[in-house]
Amino acid sequence: MTAQLRPSLAACPACVAGPVEPARPVPEDVQIALSLPGIHCSACISTVERALAAHPGVEDARVNLTLKRALIKAAPDLRAADLIPVLERAGYEAHELDPGALNATQTDRAGRDLLMRLAVAGFASMNVMLLSVSVWSGASDATRDMFHWISAAIAMPAIAFSAQPFFVSAWGALKVKRLNMDVPIVLAIVLALVTSLWETSLSGEHAYFDAALTLTFFLLAGRYLDYRTRAVARSAAEELAALEVPRAIRMEAGRETEVPVAQLVVGDLILVRPGGRMPVDGEIVEGRSELDRSLLTGETLPVFAEPGFAVSAGEVNLTGPLVIRASAVGQETSLHRMADLVAIAESGRSRYTSLADSAAKLYAPGVHILSALSFVGWYIYSGDVRTALNIAAAVLIITCPCALGLAVPAVTTAASGRLFKKGMLIKHATALERLAEVDTVVFDKTGTLTAGMPEMTNLDGMSREDLSIALALAQASSHPLAVSLTRAARAADVEPASVEDLTEVPGYGTEGVWNGQRVRLGRAAWVGATHGGQTSAWLAVGDHSPVGFLFTDALRPGAEETVAALQASGKQVMLISGDTTGAVEALAARLGIANWMAEALPQDKVTRVQALTGQGRRILMVGDGLNDTAALAAAHVSISPASALDAARVASDIVLLGTDLSPIAGACDTAKKATRRIRENFQIATVYNIIAVPLAVVGLCSPLIAALAMSTSSITVSLNALRLR
Amino acid sequence: MEVLSILIPISLILGAVGLLAFVYTVRSNQYDDPEGDARRILSNDWDDRPKP
Repeated sequence: MTAQLRPSLAACPACVAGPVEPARPVPEDVQIALSLPGIHCSACISTVERALAAHPGVEDARVNLTLKRALIKAAPDLRAADLIPVLERAGYEAHELDPGALNATQTDRAGRDLLMRLAVAGFASMNVMLLSVSVWSGASDATRDMFHWISAAIAMPAIAFSAQPFFVSAWGALKVKRLNMDVPIVLAIVLALVTSLWETSLSGEHAYFDAALTLTFFLLAGRYLDYRTRAVARSAAEELAALEVPRAIRMEAGRETEVPVAQLVVGDLILVRPGGRMPVDGEIVEGRSELDRSLLTGETLPVFAEPGFAVSAGEVNLTGPLVIRASAVGQETSLHRMADLVAIAESGRSRYTSLADSAAKLYAPGVHILSALSFVGWYIYSGDVRTALNIAAAVLIITCPCALGLAVPAVTTAASGRLFKKGMLIKHATALERLAEVDTVVFDKTGTLTAGMPEMTNLDGMSREDLSIALALAQASSHPLAVSLTRAARAADVEPASVEDLTEVPGYGTEGVWNGQRVRLGRAAWVGATHGGQTSAWLAVGDHSPVGFLFTDALRPGAEETVAALQASGKQVMLISGDTTGAVEALAARLGIANWMAEALPQDKVTRVQALTGQGRRILMVGDGLNDTAALAAAHVSISPASALDAARVASDIVLLGTDLSPIAGACDTAKKATRRIRENFQIATVYNIIAVPLAVVGLCSPLIAALAMSTSSITVSLNALRLR
Repeated sequence: MEVLSILIPISLILGAVGLLAFVYTVRSNQYDDPEGDARRILSNDWDDRPKP
């Protein structure tokens, strides 16, 4: 039942063992797409495909290792949620993607188009180069003319097809009376072709067909690399957008119907199950539960919720099912209102000029002036238009920003590829250059430095008996504290006590009967205890005084190392959080961060970041919550984890794909090295111009020298970029 | 030098064959998953019989 039925009517038994996989076995009508950030080897491919294929209902599964995705063709009733546990059992983290949001075909077409032009330019330049070599090695008279004519016959149509992107872009710039990098390129190509045709028709010695084609080829190679880097970033960004499959359960006359969030209207009754996120702003009409608001405010303590309580989109429902009446949907929700704050912060971000832009600004006018001057100079000196035009063409070809066109894309491709492998996605073109300048790092606490997962701290101070009762009660609940308690108790080899009549009271806790006594595990007030400052769950056995289980937020993997590494590299690390002073202070002390700020409102975060920027600091902001969004946009460069809210990811330049924070410190170093390589590449290109331009101006530059100089400089620049580790 | 009249067309045709082969690979999506395809050849999952 594969999408591509292979004719397996082999005439001989041996043929069955022939080439196994057809060239295009991607399931055609993919229904489920999963993102697999953890896969990296051929064994992973086999394990994942085998695990998926073994699941009933899966018709075909194909892993794409480059994009770290699995595309699955399955029976209509199979859900991604059914497959994610299958992969988790096999040892792979998996997230659902919305296949509709991954419109790969459109981006593919542009890339294929560029690749096709690159291939034609490569083919033509090789052929013409072969003909030119025979001319340089001494072909003369009729043979030379014939070679030149053949070259012209190949070069003209090849350039007309391959160089189109440059023609279009240059024309676009000229129409609005501006100069860009493509104007000198087009001028050089066209001038080289025209003078070469003229020379050939006069049986002249020098023709630049090969130079014009090689130029096109190298420049297209740069364009293609640039395009690839952006396409990878774009497709991964699309993937992140596709990660959020927005659905909600609407109550229609007592029936539950699943609808897209976009179809909800004010007044709808919406059911939010435990573990679900509020799709809209509203008011609770039915049910009791606790809400996790950490993504919005940074608070780690869950808040109690009962009918009449107002909720905002983005909050997570923890224990009991809730029915809410929508009071604001879509653009009006508090989630979207935060976007205004982001817009204000973004307008404050200084306009950053990329290295390539500043180089082009110096370069483009210089090239034209130099070439025009040599034309005028030679025309006055020799009085011959043909010689003068030949020399002007040579100057343009030599100075053409061939190596410059490769200098930046080659380095950014190499660097983003490296970082992508480490689990970082560079979303913005100049993010690497900006990351290299960072001297201050501001972290958010909840969800960024901490995993948003509670961790029990006072296991040792508990009696075995209390633990076993607590375990029995906690097992019955999916509340994060209960889940954490269960995990900790099991790790300590505690056996659950036999508790009967277990019931979960949403919003309060679980209760049951143990040895004829009533036992309760839950909120302090419910069991009759007084609440301390820390996140806690209380256990009451009969009439005994309750005991408290204390929790702290677990650190995200790599958080300690990252903070230490950033401090070791001389950067100032700061912590700004919306959580309570106690929690923030404890974490700051644990990580060795001297500079911290607690109970910060979103506005406070932005003003703090802007104040630091005003002091001349270059700030890297790392955050995930809605309360960080504006600060992310205001910082010089920003990073958010993949678990962040959509709004935060959109506002940041770099996205961390895994759960580990440790790539951040390495990324700063890679960015620094990449920027250094870009500068080196500019220097190499300049040195080569300084040597070759005088030769061209005095008229000593033959097509052979032009071809040699151009190729060597382009190749040195590319090799230099590949040195990046 | 008459040999040129044979050699030049031959070299152009060979080059064109290469170009067409490349165009074919692009059109049949062979660059969609370069990393995965490079590693799939090492797995012996379907060595004995083709994938059903």
